[in-house]
Formats: sequence, structure tokens, C-alpha cells
Amino acid sequence: MAAGSTIDALGQFELHPVLGGLGQSLRFSQSPVMMIVASALVLAFLYVGMRPAAVVPGRLQSAAEICYDFIYNMAVDTIGAEGRAFFPFVFTLFFFILAGNYLGLLPFSFAFTSHVAVTLALALLVFVLSVVVSLKVQGAKFFAHFMPAGAPVALAPLLVPIEILSFLSRPVSLSIRLFANMVAGHVMLEMFAAFTIMLAGLGLVGDVLAVGPVVINIALMALELLVGALQAYVFAILTCIYLREAVAH
Amino acid sequence: MARSAVSITRKAASLATSSALALPLMAMVAPGARAVGMPQLDFANPLVTGQVIWGGVIFLVLYLLLSRSALPKVEKVLATRRLTIENDLDIARRAKAHADAAVDDLHQARRSAMAEAQANVEKVVEDARVAALRQTQEMNARLAEDIRQAEARVAAARAEALGSLRQIAGETAQVLVHQVSGTSVPGDVLASRVNDAATARGF
Repeated sequence: MAAGSTIDALGQFELHPVLGGLGQSLRFSQSPVMMIVASALVLAFLYVGMRPAAVVPGRLQSAAEICYDFIYNMAVDTIGAEGRAFFPFVFTLFFFILAGNYLGLLPFSFAFTSHVAVTLALALLVFVLSVVVSLKVQGAKFFAHFMPAGAPVALAPLLVPIEILSFLSRPVSLSIRLFANMVAGHVMLEMFAAFTIMLAGLGLVGDVLAVGPVVINIALMALELLVGALQAYVFAILTCIYLREAVAH
Repeated sequence: MARSAVSITRKAASLATSSALALPLMAMVAPGARAVGMPQLDFANPLVTGQVIWGGVIFLVLYLLLSRSALPKVEKVLATRRLTIENDLDIARRAKAHADAAVDDLHQARRSAMAEAQANVEKVVEDARVAALRQTQEMNARLAEDIRQAEARVAAARAEALGSLRQIAGETAQVLVHQVSGTSVPGDVLASRVNDAATARGF
């Protein structure tokens, strides 16, 4: 919010307890509320969309089926035949993030994907899952991946730590990427919106000039729609890639 | 191909990360921005960690509902559609096979009917030809018989006529000789001369 000559671009990310004291004691902020709304929307989309269960689908059913096929193909094409087992997880992940990203674009709303705690939790979930699957499928052979095949043994002291570091950085990069993209988008939207308000306070000239940031914000909104989908896709496809490495023999 | 696509995705993702990371930092150091730090990094706030727990629960519930109920429902509809389409295609294929068989039968029946008709036509023509031939032969035989009988009659009449001619000629000659010379010629000489003359003239 614009306050005088300063712009509080980060205030939008503050968490507030809902339901007063009950929310405070349950640590229930607007972020879980939006998670519930996002989940409800995803479920409603599928349940309402698939209600006709028609052989020749209508628009909403087609959309639901396209979403299903999109994630199913992504999972199976990337992970392989074993991807069918992970398809519900990838579907949940993709649409949870996508709905979170898009809900955050609504006025007076909140993007829970702009909180690094949430994205890190999701990334750690993916990371732990891929490690558990790796150990289950490959056993001790999993650790052989830290030494690239064909590399000289003499380079092992250098390569193995690099590979381990690279492996451990996966949840960090996965979570920071989503978090940073969402924060950046919302900060820019906030700042250009604040520019509009500040310029509008300068009289007639300001009123005219204030149109500029509004136009930029419209373009930014389009960009954010792209970024929201892209980041959900990147998160999901990287999850698939990690899982493919986990199930590969 | 897939691996290069994966590597491009990774590169693009890392580029996007680095550029996106720079933006909030720029925003934070921008003049006029209130430097109070990012609320997301205020881990002392119980609401920040609380959303992880709530998020975990909500994500789990969403996962269970999707994997146990919503997604199987979609899968069922898609499977039903696949089955329906396959069944319809089977029915259509069977119907086409029936139709092809019916067309083949029709062609076969048409061919055999044509062959039968052709055979009938040929038989009728042959019968007619044979009947005509027989009729012609009968008629020819009858005509030949008539001609033969007529010729026999003509020959008899001619022989009879010629026999009478010799007698008349002999008698006429006897009369003439008698009137001219007052003598009569012996009958056998006269008959011989008349016969020679008749033979010389082709009677």
C-alpha cells in the first residue's frame, strides 16, 4: 500500500490470523484459507466438470479431461510406465500450485506460493519422495549416481562432493524458483499500483501520467498469468524428472 | 531429444530463478521501499510455520480426494469412452463385413442368373436352329420326292409319247410310200428306219 512517499511492497505477504484468537491459537492465517479455496476449486472443477460423464463431453468436461490428459502424459512421458503410480501426486502438485498462483492474482487475495516456507515444504516433499523411491527401487546403487559413469577415479574427490551438493540443492532451487517468481510478480504489481496512486495525487498532470502504470500493470497481469502456469509446470516437470531418475535402473 | 528438452528446461528454469531472485531484491533496495524485511522470512512468526502444517494437511486431503475419488472418476469416463468407441467401431466393422458379404452374394447371384439366362438363350437358339434344320431337311426330302415322282411321270409320259410318235411316223410313212409308189414297205424295215430317224433327232 502506498503510504505517503513510501511504498510497502512487502506488506502484502504478511500473514494475519483469521477467526481472531482462534486463528491465532491454531496458527490459521489467510494462507491456509487460500489453500483450502484452491483445493476446493480444483476438486469442484473435476467433480462438476465430470458430472455429465458424457461420451461426447461438453466444454467444462473437455477442460477437465484435457487437464487430466496433460498431466497424465507429462508423468508417463517423463517418468515412464512407472509414472502412472505418481500421476495423482504430480496432478495434485501441479494444480495446487497453479490454483495458488492464480488465486493470488485476484484483488484482496493472497498467494500462498509466495511464501518460501510453503514452497520449501512442497520441494522437500518432492525431494524426500524421490530419495525414498530411489532407495526403494535402486537400493545401495542409488549412491553410485554421485560418481558420474566414465569419469576418472582420480577426480572422485572433486566430483562426488559436487554431485552431492548438486543433488542437495534440488529442493532449494525448486522452492526458491517458485517463491521468487511469485514474490517478484506481486511486488511489481504492488509497486506499479502504488505509482498510480502516487501520481494521481499530483493533480491533472499526474492523473494523465497515472495511466502509464495502469497499462503496465495490465501487461504485468498477463505476464503473471503466464508465470503462474509456467512455474506450476516447471515444478511439476522437475518433479517428474527427479522421479524418473529415481525409478531408472 | 527428451534429454535435450530436459536440459533446456533446466537451463530456462535456472535462468528464470536467477532473474526472478533479482527482482524482489531490487524491490527491497529500491528507494522509497520500506526496509522491514520480508514477512516470508520471519520464521519467528507462528503463522509462517503454521501454514506449513496446515498446508501439509490440506495437501494430503487434496491428494487423497484426487487420487481416490476425482481422478478415478475422470479415468472411468475416459475408459468408458475408449470402450464405447471401440465397441462402436467393432459394430461398424461387423456391419461393413455383413454389407460386403451381402454385396458379394448379390454379385454372385447376378453372375449366376446371367449365366443361367445366357444358357437358356443359347439352348432356345440351338433348339430353334435344330428345329429349323429338321424342317428344312424334311421339306427338302419331300420336295425331292415330289420332283422324283414328277420326273418319273414326265419320263413315262415322254416314253409313252415317243412310243406313239414312232407308230404314227411308221404308219404315216407307209401311207405316203403307198400313195407315191403304190407299194408297201415291209413293216420291220419301216420300223427300223423310223427308229433310226427318231434316234438321230434325239427322240
